[in-house]
Amino acid sequence: MPLTSPACQQSAAQARAWAAAAGVVDPELPVLTIADLGVLREVRIADGAVEAVITPTYSGCPAMAVIALDIETALAKAGFARCKVTTVLSPPWTTDFMSEAARVKLKRFGIAPPTGKASRRALFGEDQVECPRCGSAQTTRVSEFGSTACKALYRCCVCAEPFDYFKCI
Amino acid sequence: MTSATCSSALPLAADLDAATRSSPSALFVYLLRLGDNALMLGHRLSEWCGHAPVLEEDLALANMGLDLIGQARSFLTYAGEVEAKGRDEDALAYLREAGEYRNVLLVELPRGDFAFTMVRQLLYAGLTQRLFEALTSSRDSTLAGIAAKGAKELAYHVRHAAEWTIRLGDGSAESHRRTQLALDQLWPYTGEMLEIDEVERTLIEQHIAVDPSQLRPGWEQALADVIEEATLQRPTQTFMHAGGRVGRHSEHLGHLLSELQYLQRTYPGAKW
Repeated sequence: MPLTSPACQQSAAQARAWAAAAGVVDPELPVLTIADLGVLREVRIADGAVEAVITPTYSGCPAMAVIALDIETALAKAGFARCKVTTVLSPPWTTDFMSEAARVKLKRFGIAPPTGKASRRALFGEDQVECPRCGSAQTTRVSEFGSTACKALYRCCVCAEPFDYFKCI
Repeated sequence: MTSATCSSALPLAADLDAATRSSPSALFVYLLRLGDNALMLGHRLSEWCGHAPVLEEDLALANMGLDLIGQARSFLTYAGEVEAKGRDEDALAYLREAGEYRNVLLVELPRGDFAFTMVRQLLYAGLTQRLFEALTSSRDSTLAGIAAKGAKELAYHVRHAAEWTIRLGDGSAESHRRTQLALDQLWPYTGEMLEIDEVERTLIEQHIAVDPSQLRPGWEQALADVIEEATLQRPTQTFMHAGGRVGRHSEHLGHLLSELQYLQRTYPGAKW
């Protein structure tokens, strides 16, 4: 197929639009892109207009409005004048959507990544969380709710540092 | 609530049959009931911001309030689409009169002390989490999607409230006294969450809504386990308050709305 065919141009434009949207970072977690997080679901082009589909981590996540604005800005910079951002809830976001690379980046940033697979935990059940600084497994949960809806507050019993844990949902 | 540039339009379920489309008002009222419950309780939790007994609980209550406001946004946005009269989430949240709200009385009661707030969370989240789990198989896929999202969040709320109820009930003599008092005061408001009327009956027949009576045994058992571990007594009172779901509210709702609606009433259409 010659490189100039309409189908080829369409897919090249789609890839460019995806790359632009995928580069947007989470305003609360600037080390992670929305693609790393699994918040960006899809980028499609129809009749010359780009539609980016995103999903919130939590229903009330206040970062969604900023993310939507940042996507529109990124797409405009990439030359896509007509774009819209659509929010979908199904299937609901889970930490399982987070890539392995994202977990490594998160840990390097000082936030313990979600451990294991998302599953419902029993009353008083706690996750085994490793300290992102010294690697010790001897940590205690200070609060199930942290600086943002997606994080819990932990403390390391070995190096005594408090740290955020990205909750498994 | 909305960002001017972000379209949060949720697609209307494609799999609904003609019978469903002919009764949008039942679905509209059902969505208002679900959305208003989350909106009012979310507002009550937000009142704790800066007032909780410890910093961690200040964060926890604000986070849970945010979850509830988020759920309310989804329900009310969808309610506005179902109604198809051009009302969005903001119009429904901020510009209705007290008698037009459809939340249960339980969620509009003043926040009380910390024990009262925790016991209310336990009663509301315990049942609503089960309701949302069941609604994930609703034939209305938009409703099922909102419920699936909310069920995961409410699972955290249930655990948090259960832990505190046990800690307070099985704590000092004073914390035990206050927690038992909260349970006794709140119990007569639980019946309304299990009520159904023509609105639910229509939607249950269409496999859109869930019959809460199916959830009752599991909810009561889970609640009994927490109450027992907390060394509390389950109230034996059978009288139940009702009326919120049809718009007959307590005096507390008007006072709540005077804060909730203040900005939009004073500066109509204000955005920032």
